[in-house]
Amino acid sequence: MRRRGAPRPEPRDDDARTVVSETPLPGVGIRFEFQTASGRRVAVIHHRSGRKELTVDDVRDPDASRDILSLDEQDSRTLAELLGGSQIARELDQLQQRISGLGIDWLRVQEGSPFAGGTIGDTQARTRTGVSIVAVLRGDDAVPAPGPEQVLQAEDTLVVVGTPRGIEELAVLLRTG
Amino acid sequence: MHGPLFLLELGGVVLLLAVLSRIAGRFGFSPIPLYLLAGLAFGEGGVIPLVTAEAFVESGATIGLVLLLFSLGLEYSAQDLVRSLRDGAAVGGVDIVLNAIPGFLAGLLLGWDVLAATVLGGVTYISSSGVVARILDELGWMGNRETSTVLGILVFEDLAMAVFLPVVSILLTGGQASEIAVEAALAGLLVAGILVLASRYGDVLSRAIVTPSDEAFLLALLGILLVVAGSAEAVNVSAAVGAFLTGIVFSGSAASRARRLIRPLRDVFAGAFFLFFGFQVDPSSIPSVAIPATLLAAVGAASKLATGWWGARRAGVGPRGRRRAGWALVARGEFSIVIAGLAVAAGLEPKLGPLAATYVLLLAVVGPLATHLVHRAGTGSARR
Repeated sequence: MRRRGAPRPEPRDDDARTVVSETPLPGVGIRFEFQTASGRRVAVIHHRSGRKELTVDDVRDPDASRDILSLDEQDSRTLAELLGGSQIARELDQLQQRISGLGIDWLRVQEGSPFAGGTIGDTQARTRTGVSIVAVLRGDDAVPAPGPEQVLQAEDTLVVVGTPRGIEELAVLLRTG
Repeated sequence: MHGPLFLLELGGVVLLLAVLSRIAGRFGFSPIPLYLLAGLAFGEGGVIPLVTAEAFVESGATIGLVLLLFSLGLEYSAQDLVRSLRDGAAVGGVDIVLNAIPGFLAGLLLGWDVLAATVLGGVTYISSSGVVARILDELGWMGNRETSTVLGILVFEDLAMAVFLPVVSILLTGGQASEIAVEAALAGLLVAGILVLASRYGDVLSRAIVTPSDEAFLLALLGILLVVAGSAEAVNVSAAVGAFLTGIVFSGSAASRARRLIRPLRDVFAGAFFLFFGFQVDPSSIPSVAIPATLLAAVGAASKLATGWWGARRAGVGPRGRRRAGWALVARGEFSIVIAGLAVAAGLEPKLGPLAATYVLLLAVVGPLATHLVHRAGTGSARR
């Protein structure tokens, strides 16, 4: 159990890294918490059943939380996507801004894509568009630096690096073959 | 084969439980007190004593106890228990002192022997993990800061019970001091052995039992569970503790599958367990214990409030959160009955059964209701 005798932290500086704290809830699951830039405490509770709850602290009582959302696994994935992917994604985003002319993007292997079930080698992405596939994200797993033998599945997200134009070509390629 | 009367009686009882469970759900409290009341009405000296179904309910009660504790064990991993022992020892210790001592002293004041008073201490001590966890979830308190403290206390209590139950069952069987020492050592070894097994080889064992068929999985699970519970009972560790430890051994996907499959069985047989406890209590004996039970319930509520307050404050939580933690812990339920049930079955102190039943009846209702009120008051003032 964490001791929290100290006064609550001030809202964080903009360039400070968000600290995510982890509290085990025995018999229930794990609670992840962080403080937003505006000073609100946001908690995500991962229940063992796979259900997730998203709560925000009560303004009048910082120890209490308002139950906002109860999410099943599919809901959580959708919400995460709408919010712009993971922390890794955001860091890559910053990287992208530093190297001009280089684009990083996330491409979805749609249901019905000719490459769903095929390998990265099958796409010939490098030869045809000049774009590299640097990671394959599948559910909560990530395959970093995949080889040409890496199998792709529908619903996979590919992290790709290349020229913006090349990335656009790859997106079309993934859809139509 | 049983005649039609058996089916009619049993069916009537099960239907009644269904109605009671629905009523309790409607008002947001645990069905346990209603099941106990039904047991009082249908048991010895009750309004309509059962004739043919009682033996079945008794067997069902034994299975219900095993399933109740097994599903509790399933909720915890060995790591949870180790962590709660390490981090929660101070709060857990305060919890024992504040909540077990009033029961123990009350037992002595009532002129009972030390063993009966100790059992009463156990009854007043332990919160109902099932009821408390449900309150926290229903009110959306899982995101609150004090919740990890509350859950830590519950785990500690359940562990304490895994030690307490064997000690009491050994003392209840009596015998020479040397025999008792040997039995206690044996029980301690068994408990420690299973815990080590669980933390080291839980995964392997879980994988071994997994089969694609739900039917084969459930039967294997139930078989192992009953055999372990029976062996534990045979060495006086009590079937309940054997079942609890078995639950801890299972982990990962085997545990979540077991939770899903066992739950409906558990709900049915746990109903039988509470009903049967009610059967054993003669309703006419309740008025004579009403006053001590009410006083004890008031003290029991106050002592849990103090425990929650202290524990939450130690975790740096503000006054409102401390109050929430306290009220959440007030509910007593299944485990007080489990502890009292051991003593009742052994024929210890005749007033223990009715006293424990009344105590649980009061606090299983008052705890959740008061917690809901505290919640409503809290959100009301927050909205202004």
